[in-house]
Amino acid sequence: MQFSAQEIIETIRMVQMENLDIRTITLGISLRDCAHPDLQVVATKVYDKICRVASRLVPVGEEIERDYGVPIINKRISVTPIALVAESAAANDYVAVAGAMDRAATEVGVNFIGGFSALVHKGTTSGDQALLASIPEALATTERVCASVNVGTTRAGINMDAVARLGEIIKDTAARTAARDGIGCAKLVVFCNAVDDNPFMAGAFHGIGEPECVVNVGVSGPGVVCMAVKKEPHADFGELASIIKRTAFKVTRMGELVGRAASDKLGVPFGIVDLSLAPTPAQGDSVARILEAMGLERVGTHGSTAALALLNDAVKKGGAMASSYVGGLSGAFIPVSEDEGMIEAAMMGAISIDKLEAMTCVCSVGLDMIAVPGDTPASTIAAVIADEAAIGMINAKTTAVRIIPAPGRVVGDVVEFGGLLGKAPVMALHPWSSAAFVGRGGRIPAPLQGLRN
Amino acid sequence: MPSSSNRIIVTVIGRDQVGIIAAVSAVLAEAHANIVDISQTTLQEFFAMIMMADLEHSTQPFAEIKERLNAKGDEMGLRIDAQHEAVFNYMHRV
Repeated sequence: MQFSAQEIIETIRMVQMENLDIRTITLGISLRDCAHPDLQVVATKVYDKICRVASRLVPVGEEIERDYGVPIINKRISVTPIALVAESAAANDYVAVAGAMDRAATEVGVNFIGGFSALVHKGTTSGDQALLASIPEALATTERVCASVNVGTTRAGINMDAVARLGEIIKDTAARTAARDGIGCAKLVVFCNAVDDNPFMAGAFHGIGEPECVVNVGVSGPGVVCMAVKKEPHADFGELASIIKRTAFKVTRMGELVGRAASDKLGVPFGIVDLSLAPTPAQGDSVARILEAMGLERVGTHGSTAALALLNDAVKKGGAMASSYVGGLSGAFIPVSEDEGMIEAAMMGAISIDKLEAMTCVCSVGLDMIAVPGDTPASTIAAVIADEAAIGMINAKTTAVRIIPAPGRVVGDVVEFGGLLGKAPVMALHPWSSAAFVGRGGRIPAPLQGLRN
Repeated sequence: MPSSSNRIIVTVIGRDQVGIIAAVSAVLAEAHANIVDISQTTLQEFFAMIMMADLEHSTQPFAEIKERLNAKGDEMGLRIDAQHEAVFNYMHRV
């Protein structure tokens, strides 16, 4: 046989026992041709185009799953930032477009659709302002629509007016979804250096340099990496990095295969494989447990940042060799509510918001799925976003904030979102005010790092 | 296309018992799938049999063969699965 029994069993074991899966096949769709002076027409065009282009996404995903025996957890859609599409219409409320996206997502059978978004890192246009104003209502009245806003880049600096505004928007979104502990905020990501080809929700959108339609794949496999690390408790750091690289390589190859198969079957170009380690609340699917397997008693203790840096880098090195096109966010995610090990560490007080912030300097994305007390002022949330955006801006990396000020909840409560969104213990923020800082207004200038020419 | 070949890998995992190979071969023979190779090993405490089959001249589509194998596995208290060989090609060969 051209494969050894060990090789075949290794693959079977990864899938059946260690939760190896393809986390998402995300179909990126341009909606630029849906612009129209009448918003109702825009909404109709958006609905029709998504239904037409994505009609085969779910059956094709299921076919690939069956042919290759690899679970594909989510099939999703990302679209052109709606602020760009709807700006053509004379309207200051885009909720109708979010409604059309939601209905289209239901029609084609995807659980999330991303792109109710605006790119405002240098300033806002009238369309951006209308989109920002529509976010709370859009997230409260739809199930599947995800919103994101890019507030900074290394090249442009940070739009602090937008940051301050988002503090208010997040509070408003939480209030409008108070009956479900502010779940609307779980579908809103605030980015610095957002990428055009991210397949992961809630922050996916179809960037402006992207083609008409594209298939992007997000791989996963924290469980596979964790088992590989556990098997070698005495390996030194060089050997540890090498073990992770080998594992990431194999996981990514699966993503490459699925991406190419999907591209072929859908007749849509293949975009990228996103090499992220994306945890779920399921046992054995945790990034936190990998760090603990490296020798930390609990994630969040001293050494966590170093462990995560090694993990993140080794995943990229192994993955980059395995795929022709790597992109998206490509790094380890550390969402609190979506990672069983993180949830446990947060509940016992092993990990704090400050340590999480430090860890975001060396991994993918940022302060993700963190529940904070419901009475947190908007200015404090804006300041949390500003800190995270500053990390992204200075380090020329993507950072994001997905924070949920759960109405009526206090530190020590546990907020249940259910499903892949998991549950989050309410974490403490610093009580001292940042209001005067956030209220200054204007932009934080682009850093020296942005002057690369 | 990731793979133009029509070969599949059938894996049987569970407690060893009389008639495993016969049962799997019968399903494949019925579909006119040619068995190319067989090997066996252990996966932790379980028995694991691996079979490579060629569906080039098969009279049934892959999905149906896979379903029949799954059903046969349920009947025998085993996990029988089938995957396109491309999965293993991609993961273990560059």
